Amino acid sequence: MTSYQTGLLVILSINIVIAYGAYLPIAAGQMNLGIAGFMALGAYASAYVANNAGLPPIVTIFIGAGFAGLLALIVAVPILRTRGIYLALATFALGQIVAAAILNVELVGAAEGYSVLDHFGLATIAPITIATIAVVAYLNRTRFGLNLTAISQDELLANLFGVRTRRLQIAAFTLGAFFAGLGGALHAHYYNYIRPQDFNILLSIYIILFVLLGGTRSVLGPIVGAAIFTFLPEIFRDLDKKFSAFFDQVPDWLGQASAWRFAIFAALIIVFMMLRPQGIMTRGATRAAARWVAWCVRRLGFARSSGARP
Amino acid sequence: MLLAQQFVNGLMLGSIYALVAVAFTLTIGVLNFLNFSIPGIFMLGGMFTWIFLKSGLPLGLVVLLALVIGAAASLLVERSSYRQMMGSDHFIPLVSSMGFLILYENLVLIFWGSDIQVVNSPFRDVSVTVFGLIISIPQLAGLALAVTMAYVLTRILYGTSTGRGLRAIAENPDSAIMLGVHVFRIVPVVFLFSGLFTALAGVIFALNYTQVHPFMGEEVALKGISAMVIGGMGSVWGAIVGGLLIGVAEILSISSFGSDFVDIAVYGLLLVILVIRPEGLFGGSALGRERL
Repeated sequence: MTSYQTGLLVILSINIVIAYGAYLPIAAGQMNLGIAGFMALGAYASAYVANNAGLPPIVTIFIGAGFAGLLALIVAVPILRTRGIYLALATFALGQIVAAAILNVELVGAAEGYSVLDHFGLATIAPITIATIAVVAYLNRTRFGLNLTAISQDELLANLFGVRTRRLQIAAFTLGAFFAGLGGALHAHYYNYIRPQDFNILLSIYIILFVLLGGTRSVLGPIVGAAIFTFLPEIFRDLDKKFSAFFDQVPDWLGQASAWRFAIFAALIIVFMMLRPQGIMTRGATRAAARWVAWCVRRLGFARSSGARP
Repeated sequence: MLLAQQFVNGLMLGSIYALVAVAFTLTIGVLNFLNFSIPGIFMLGGMFTWIFLKSGLPLGLVVLLALVIGAAASLLVERSSYRQMMGSDHFIPLVSSMGFLILYENLVLIFWGSDIQVVNSPFRDVSVTVFGLIISIPQLAGLALAVTMAYVLTRILYGTSTGRGLRAIAENPDSAIMLGVHVFRIVPVVFLFSGLFTALAGVIFALNYTQVHPFMGEEVALKGISAMVIGGMGSVWGAIVGGLLIGVAEILSISSFGSDFVDIAVYGLLLVILVIRPEGLFGGSALGRERL
């Protein structure tokens, strides 16, 4: 693997972890537009502890994530009194406040940014991502996951049937913030340099888009969404290179060819949402994907055994 | 006197926030839809003012063309996001409207580049002095236009059958349809108005502050959202007052605390209001009340 490919895989792994941070609240019918704020908390807390307390970074990322989760737990009680768009806006305000507050803390470099000493590569980040997927997939199969689905479909009815909606929503929100913090901490230890303005509202929105594009009803959804958002702009980048001879002849008024990839990407999001508003991965699509993977595995197994024959 | 001058400047900045806040409050109040393409439409209004002024068109035509482009861009969002997704998950139109924001910003970037452009505004130094306060003419015109358009909008909402239809949809979309409100004929009106308000804000911004670039809409739209919440979602006059309040608060806190604390102050206020008094400072109007 070239370092470019490794880098892409690392970004994908981090994006998947963060996407689960947005997925859990969405699965409980809440939209958290403050994901970037929780990422920033996780990133800065982990970086600060790793730089100053001498703990190994594999421990500090969980301290950072716990810190983000703790803040979520504290604010969840007042914030989750609000619903729908009000909740989205309240979490949006919270994210802005976190970023603005960090911007004023000289201890972690304020607007200058903050250097992180320890570096993580793919070998450390990928297992954490796989563990995250496993935890969420497990939760989804438990009564907890079932209750979240019930809440997202009809909160009142779920409550009438004895689901403790409020407690579960707080749990989903807090757990989501934990994963967002974890992803932020991984981000900090991969890039080794963080700035408060990197954790802005557009980042939060992009993460929500991962989940909504991938699908909110399936554990595979955030993975698919994160993969699309990570790879598609890169594929267009390659196309730019391949067609550079063509683009060189494009008249000036057609402008910068490389900016086209974002425009095409945005147009694809719009068209896609028109054609398949439920997201890419639904329960049915997940089953189909599982069948396909099983089929591929059988084929591979067959091919290998036949290849081993003399 | 300095304080009074800051206050006036704040009101002028606030009139831009107020127009954007009205645009947001319309789509949320009537359709329960947080329209993220609004920053893009604001940017289109500003950028096209620069583009057409550069090509030497007369000012009146420039403003008209910029408004038409903004309204068309807003109607395109209605056609391909809201209309397609009636009745689906309420997060979904938000995703497409976000797609439109990215699309508009990058299309402008492709053709005109990402540099900050200086608008050759015919009003650059035109101002009047009242009691020693310097008031720039386009800013004053912007404030007057904001208030006039809000007045026209409330007349339409409360005085015409289209307005009655809009309020019916805001109250309860399903019963409105059952009672014979033509949703597909009325919903575009919401987008038309929100597009016009937003593009006008962009035009005024370009003429006043004379700097435009493809991402100029984001910051303003975030302040517009805060203004809408402070004024009470779905309330047109609340949005106007909220916008002016935010403008004044921003200018005053920049001059007295420095710009670093502005965000904490504005968004802190927003969070507190959402949690303690989600109907906004000025209570709920008929629009959107049942959602509270």
